[in-house]
Amino acid sequence: MSEKVFASSAFNDNLDSRQRKARIWQTILLACTLLGILVLTMMLVDIIVDGAGWLSPTLFNNNHSRFPEKTGMNSAIYGSIYNVLLTALFCFPLGVAAAIYLEEYAPKSKLTNFINININNLAGVPSIVYGMLGLTVFGRMFGLFAPESPLVNFFNLPVEAGNVGGLKFNLFGIPGLIIHLPFGRSLVAGAMTMSLLILPTVIISSREAIRAVPTSIREAAYGLGATRWQMIRTQVLPVSFPGILTGIILAMGRALGETAPLIIMGAFMYVPFLPRNIWDKFTTMPIQIYNWITLPQPEYNIHLAAAGIIVLLLVLLGMSALAIFLRNKLQVKW
Amino acid sequence: MQAKKSGQSEHSKLLLSEDSRRREGLIAFIFKAAAVLTILVTIGIIVSLLSETIGFFARPEVSLWKFLTGTRWQPLSSKPSPENFGILPLVGGTLLVAGVAALLAVPVGLGTAIFLSEYATEKLRKIIKPVLEILAGVPSVVYGFFAISFITPIIKTVFEGWLGLKVMYFNALSAGLVVGIMIIPMIASVSEDAMRAVPRSLREGAFALGATRFEVAIKVVTPAALSGIVAAFILAISRAIGETMAVSIAAGSTPNMTLNPLKSVQTLTAFIVQVSFGDAAAGSINSQSIYAVGMTLFVMTFVMNLISDLVLRKFREVYE
Repeated sequence: MSEKVFASSAFNDNLDSRQRKARIWQTILLACTLLGILVLTMMLVDIIVDGAGWLSPTLFNNNHSRFPEKTGMNSAIYGSIYNVLLTALFCFPLGVAAAIYLEEYAPKSKLTNFINININNLAGVPSIVYGMLGLTVFGRMFGLFAPESPLVNFFNLPVEAGNVGGLKFNLFGIPGLIIHLPFGRSLVAGAMTMSLLILPTVIISSREAIRAVPTSIREAAYGLGATRWQMIRTQVLPVSFPGILTGIILAMGRALGETAPLIIMGAFMYVPFLPRNIWDKFTTMPIQIYNWITLPQPEYNIHLAAAGIIVLLLVLLGMSALAIFLRNKLQVKW
Repeated sequence: MQAKKSGQSEHSKLLLSEDSRRREGLIAFIFKAAAVLTILVTIGIIVSLLSETIGFFARPEVSLWKFLTGTRWQPLSSKPSPENFGILPLVGGTLLVAGVAALLAVPVGLGTAIFLSEYATEKLRKIIKPVLEILAGVPSVVYGFFAISFITPIIKTVFEGWLGLKVMYFNALSAGLVVGIMIIPMIASVSEDAMRAVPRSLREGAFALGATRFEVAIKVVTPAALSGIVAAFILAISRAIGETMAVSIAAGSTPNMTLNPLKSVQTLTAFIVQVSFGDAAAGSINSQSIYAVGMTLFVMTFVMNLISDLVLRKFREVYE
């Protein structure tokens, strides 16, 4: 029996050849690992060679134009910044609240288990599907407020046509608080779409930050007579805040680089002005870059695209650096 | 505030006052609502996709059977008919790109994971892990640019210049390679986590029997971590299927039933982008068709993610 196993296991008793094989494979495995670094380097060199010469004040100050040398991405830069900030505004409270519930409140139940599986699954849904969700729920609101829809006809609602058309009213009668239903192809619709897209990431990273707070801290707070919310507010949140913040900034970086959901949601290829309010149309840096890549002239599809990518990557790099800085600066070590 | 607090605790001694108990309950309810909202997102996705998909299949120009089995996808033709709404070319294009990506990313990602988990010193890990994270964080539109400006010309030189094969400017190979690069970090990091979770005692047992480091990695650690590794593969391929911008840029927009990676193909995602730029009016057949395609994409990736999640859970049960 044991002889048979021995024979069939292809055991090679030539130690030299086995060690030679091990050395060769070690080199192959190292090569696999270094491929990532190699590709990253090639990519950066390719982009810098193509685009560095086109970095100029014009690129930052102007908008897209028929003349490559006068073309810039001003409205795209601002559109991206507004969009990402609004996204964080929507996503932060929601994500952190869900994370607090799952870490501090949730009982071991079927519902909790289901929520966990669901969040994992949401994190794997393709971003383009979120674009379709945003288009349907925020952008069009299932057509409920389209002209001649049953709802509009029944209540005789005064709907307007246009980019952000539909029903327009002042919330609580306050003059500045204008609401459009549906949200249309607006900045606010884009930001809401993005906030749903990054929500799973924010929840997962916030949970990790909250989980890192030692149980002894919680028990000490309870021991002093704190209620659960007092314990969370005065102990858990302050201590886990740097971790939560880092997670949010990294998620904002992801939102900044995403293109597809906003295209589906209805962001514009070309917007010659800055958004004046959250109901305005907008474009973002990745969309502007995509637009240039698809144009036939090499000035656009090589040089300006690469220059735009340099700007985008610099902003992303800045955000990552900020996240790392905050983590190191504020982190509590146990 | 301070005075009120101490007054309150004096008043209620150990028990909470009615007020603070109500407040505690309200806060707990708000947090729970936020967590339950994540379920609403999933429901929202399904309802959104279904709302227009149903409308799409209710049309006389479309048939569900022909949609699932048809081999011609020409939805923008002037006379829509069921023959022109066969999803297979898009699914084929998607799988071709994902297949090329997997051919690159599975061996390289697994090799990276084995190296990081079994060979690399702590110092080397500290350099390589961040590089992989950066690689995973580069926006997809940047990969698209890299594909079209760097990889495609190389493919043209090699296959057309040296081998004399016909290469289209937009081709599945370039898109597949660049998507492969995008998913290497995911395969590497998920597989590495699985390998590091394999107990040390298994490795030491093998070393004691005289195995080389490579033999330990391949014959002991990899089989022990296999379900985690498989989960990583499935997850990464699902990601490749859902990848949009790089594929739209590099693979083109010609629905093609082909296995030839040197030809242009259109993926499910690329079609959705193409129609979205065309500004299709809500309720039109074009606008509805992207929902049917989106539904197909969602179902494919959802099933793969679910399988991967289940496999990973099983794996964790074994070692934790």
